[in-house]
Amino acid sequence: MIKYIIKRLLYLMLVFFIITLMCFVLIRMLPLPVLPPEDTHTKIVEMRREAMGYNEPMLVQFGLFLKNIFTKFDWGLSEKRYFGQEVWAIFKQKLPATMIVNLYSIIFSIPLGIALGIFAALKKNTWIDYIISTLTMVVISVPSFVYALLIQYFLAYKLKWFPFLMKSGTDWFSPAMTWSMIPPVLALSFGVIASFTRTTRAELTEVLTSEFMLLARTKGLTKAQATVRHALKNCGVVIIPSILGEFIGIIGGSLIIEKIFAIPGVGNLTLDAINAPDYNIFMLSTCFYTAIGLLAGLVNDISYGFIDPRIRMGSRK
Amino acid sequence: MDNITSNFEHIPAEKFKFVQDENIHDIELQTKARSFFADAMIRFSKNKSSVIATWILGLMLLFVIISPIISPYSIKDTDKLYVNFPPFVEWAAERGIKSLSGAKTFDSQNETAMNFWKGIAIETGMDPVIETLASYETEVKYRGKMVKRYTYDIKVNAYYTVGVVYRVFSYEEFQKIQDWQDETGIQVIYPWVDADDISGITDNSNIWYKVDAQGAAKLDKEGNFQEAYSRRVENAGAPYNSIRIPGDDGSYAYSTAKSGAVQVRMCYYNYYTYLFGHKPSYIFGTNSMGMDLFGAIGIGARFSLIFAVVVSLINLSIGAVYGSIQGYYGGAVDMLLDRICDVLSGVPFIVTTTLFQYHLARKVGVVPSFLFAYVLTGWIGMAGLTRKQFYRFKSQEFVMAARTLGASDARLMFKHIFPNGIGTIITSCALVIPGVIRGETTLTYLGIVDLSSFAGTSIGTLLSQGNAAVTTAPHAMLWPSVFIGLLMICFNLFGNGLRDAFNPSTRGVED
Repeated sequence: MIKYIIKRLLYLMLVFFIITLMCFVLIRMLPLPVLPPEDTHTKIVEMRREAMGYNEPMLVQFGLFLKNIFTKFDWGLSEKRYFGQEVWAIFKQKLPATMIVNLYSIIFSIPLGIALGIFAALKKNTWIDYIISTLTMVVISVPSFVYALLIQYFLAYKLKWFPFLMKSGTDWFSPAMTWSMIPPVLALSFGVIASFTRTTRAELTEVLTSEFMLLARTKGLTKAQATVRHALKNCGVVIIPSILGEFIGIIGGSLIIEKIFAIPGVGNLTLDAINAPDYNIFMLSTCFYTAIGLLAGLVNDISYGFIDPRIRMGSRK
Repeated sequence: MDNITSNFEHIPAEKFKFVQDENIHDIELQTKARSFFADAMIRFSKNKSSVIATWILGLMLLFVIISPIISPYSIKDTDKLYVNFPPFVEWAAERGIKSLSGAKTFDSQNETAMNFWKGIAIETGMDPVIETLASYETEVKYRGKMVKRYTYDIKVNAYYTVGVVYRVFSYEEFQKIQDWQDETGIQVIYPWVDADDISGITDNSNIWYKVDAQGAAKLDKEGNFQEAYSRRVENAGAPYNSIRIPGDDGSYAYSTAKSGAVQVRMCYYNYYTYLFGHKPSYIFGTNSMGMDLFGAIGIGARFSLIFAVVVSLINLSIGAVYGSIQGYYGGAVDMLLDRICDVLSGVPFIVTTTLFQYHLARKVGVVPSFLFAYVLTGWIGMAGLTRKQFYRFKSQEFVMAARTLGASDARLMFKHIFPNGIGTIITSCALVIPGVIRGETTLTYLGIVDLSSFAGTSIGTLLSQGNAAVTTAPHAMLWPSVFIGLLMICFNLFGNGLRDAFNPSTRGVED
């Protein structure tokens, strides 16, 4: 098992390295942004460019890039949007907003999603199930920005319950801030709730019809006991990995929700970097999103092995 | 010997004899043979929600095809003044259909503003005020005395509020409008008003009556407006020989000279009629660019749909070939190709798109580079699917039989194994299309890809334009949202129905 995990981790790093190299070369091939001649930072940025080997061959540049990251965790300077500032410092400032909003959304939506799924599965083929399933289907189909816009218009503008955009500032846990986070949290939650409802329902309906459930009932357990002790445990095999995947995804956040509600997060930073264009920030964002995607996949795979004793990871057949 | 073997083929038929007695007791099958596709279609038509979704999808496709045709506007007709205006069709508005009356709510309008609207109503004959929603009475101190002031919340026809605007015309154009006026009897050009007569106000073309410097109307004793039209015919830019407004004794000047051209006050609504040959009519309203939303949604969606179909066809082909090779050869080849997939699928899609836009957009255009971005990673899912089908079928007997008969690898792959998995592959294609549309909408919404120069607009662009003015013009965001939402729901239902029909064993299992 441990051997398998190590193997997977090493492979993941290799893939990550290749992707970084590819993106790095592609980004460095782009023409550099012209620096404002008057600005005091221009000199610094030019010197940094020299130090980062902008005039050297591509592989030397990549070597320097890696060296800077491994020795000083230095991702370079912003050359446009946050002129002359350290990219990593900017990035660090942006992380909390994304993480907090996503964390709230997950805390709120996963239990609700699972509960709805269980409810629908237990009431299978009744009108409750039909309503839940239809709503789930609708929410999964409709792109998240559509209901984000609807939430913004109705809850924030028409009913005036919430502020239109997220409050600015860094007082992450003040009541006003939390209140202003509710619309984006809601918008993020819909999709998560729906996907958990769907997975749970599909999984549970399958488990409920299996033979060991019949056995559990025949040996005298009530329906509730049988469901909680036997059926739900088996559903966990599928649900828990996706919960873990969700938790890794929280730091990635959603570009579109962050744009709509003006969340000062990583997604907005990435969008700014793309539109500016600010290549050093974009490079960092690329590595960041790649790492999250790969990690989520890995955690998902490995957690199956931990949870489900029937799966032997890394064994041949 | 030779003679005998060759004769085997020439044994006359009558020398043969049945081993059993000559009557065949089997009854020929009475039912009609049903093909795989026909069977799937029957299963599909039993799924009610999918059938309904297919119908709605058909209607939406019809909308996409005909809306740009029946819309009187092309995507390039962007009006500078009718911006973010609500849905309006004069025919419906006259019959009191509220949703098409171009109604906008204006809050706390004071006396000056109310007089202003009244001025437009009197001059152009089109009353902007549809109804008064509420009136408030407040007492304020004015020059040492308590004075009652009234404010109103009113509902106005946004198209009528534009009223009269200043415009500079060439002499020919001015004459053409006059000819048109004579022909139709619709007043476009209104008498000129000199700024000196209206307390020096130059930025408000709708004031034709005597006002103070704040723009408040100076009423006469009966409470009527006092007109302030210019009678300085010597200042007119060009002679005016067309119809005159009621109450004109022939002394009003209808234009003023403006360095080799004519400046006029003209009723924008009627000018619009002159320009387009019909009155302004926007079933879905206009957006922040002044586009007709009805046609714009059709044009945006048309691009999305074509793009999605092209992308899925390309990805389907690449994925099918790639997956076939992977699945058929297996072993080291499979391993190597799988690693390539791993690397490509690890790159976040937003990064791929952005890099392609940076590098290629200027060289090959926005759309091809967007297409490349989709093609670069989009086939991976399809390849995985095909690979799985190949693993399922390649060790079966019919493949071995074909191989024994000497079929080549390519023939085995595409003639014998691939058709067996085609149901799964086609149905997944039906689910790929909405995915592509969703991705395209998201990226155009975020502004990472700008398709306006190629496709005119796109649903994502319309949404982001609508979002910018969501508080003043919710309709501009509503219609594209409704359209894309409905399209996604129907496509997914349709795709799910197809999947259930082609693979009855996976019925009800999501994904």
